[in-house]
Amino acid sequence: MKKILNIVFLAQIFFTANAYAAPVETFTFDSPETEKVFHKLSDELRCLVCQNQNIAESNADLAKDLRLEIYTMLQEGKSEDEIVEFMVQRYGDYVLYRPPFKPMTWLLWFGPILIFALGLVFVVRFMKSQSSASQPAALSKEEVERIKNLHSGQDGK
Amino acid sequence: MDNNQNADQPSVIRRLMPLMIFAVLAVFLVIGLNNVETVRDVPSPLINKPAPQFDLPLLLQEGRLTDQDLLGHVTLVNVWASWCFACRQEHEAVKHLARNGVRIIGLNYKDETEDAKNWLARLGNPYSAIAVDYDGRSAIDWGVYGAPETFLVDEQGFVLYKAIGPINSPKNIEGLLEAANKSGYIELAELLSRLK
Repeated sequence: MKKILNIVFLAQIFFTANAYAAPVETFTFDSPETEKVFHKLSDELRCLVCQNQNIAESNADLAKDLRLEIYTMLQEGKSEDEIVEFMVQRYGDYVLYRPPFKPMTWLLWFGPILIFALGLVFVVRFMKSQSSASQPAALSKEEVERIKNLHSGQDGK
Repeated sequence: MDNNQNADQPSVIRRLMPLMIFAVLAVFLVIGLNNVETVRDVPSPLINKPAPQFDLPLLLQEGRLTDQDLLGHVTLVNVWASWCFACRQEHEAVKHLARNGVRIIGLNYKDETEDAKNWLARLGNPYSAIAVDYDGRSAIDWGVYGAPETFLVDEQGFVLYKAIGPINSPKNIEGLLEAANKSGYIELAELLSRLK
């Protein structure tokens, strides 16, 4: 019981801490859809001056400016793609947390599959070598003789 | 007995395998931890593209500065602010370039006008013109991360190089020098190499 309470307590600390860490700004949106796009974009775009934070999470000045920029563009009726394009033109693909699919990023996209396939090959080969290693060697004549003797001994009893 | 030894040899390698994999991963980790700054090495997508359009008020005079003012001269566009410590560090180098005839345009980034003016009065003004980007929106068009940053722009208004951080850092001098040499700006290249 105490353990469960502890976990609940820790979870509470964790989640409240997160809530406090998120920057507070009040943007008003025309529609819930626009708001959704806003949050999606600020989640997917990198805060360029931070270590691995997105624009939504960061309190950095540049992240604030970029949030405002996204908001303004949405208010102007720009689409999600247009805004992403806008950011990439200025800050490069690096601004995207999800890198685009193009020849330069193929290794990035296929790398994990490649490594998985390689791992699979290794596992299969390992298993094969294991099963062949555990196969008992053929018994020598002596051994066959001994087993026969043992059995006959038992029968005798 | 001989047979047994032969069978043992591959198993030694096999036993050392995890350790070897770990060693490789450890090497990658160390490299990764020591290269945090490579984040800033991502090249600007603006290189070899026209400088972004802008139309901003001047800091010291009436009037405005636009991207049209970049045409016809090789220009360094220097993003700076009075609150920016590294801008002070590079200021002597910027002044040195200006004194020797390099055209430098300032982009006063998210700064208070009075602070900016005082800063120039105290430390000297190397700029042939300074545009005020009070809210930093023009800087977003330039893909600015922070101050200082310096762009080398050619006569046609194309961005040749982006220097992030003080212009006189070894990496930036190297990069600017290479760009200047490539475009045949011999005088600029000479000046830059003297900053080393």
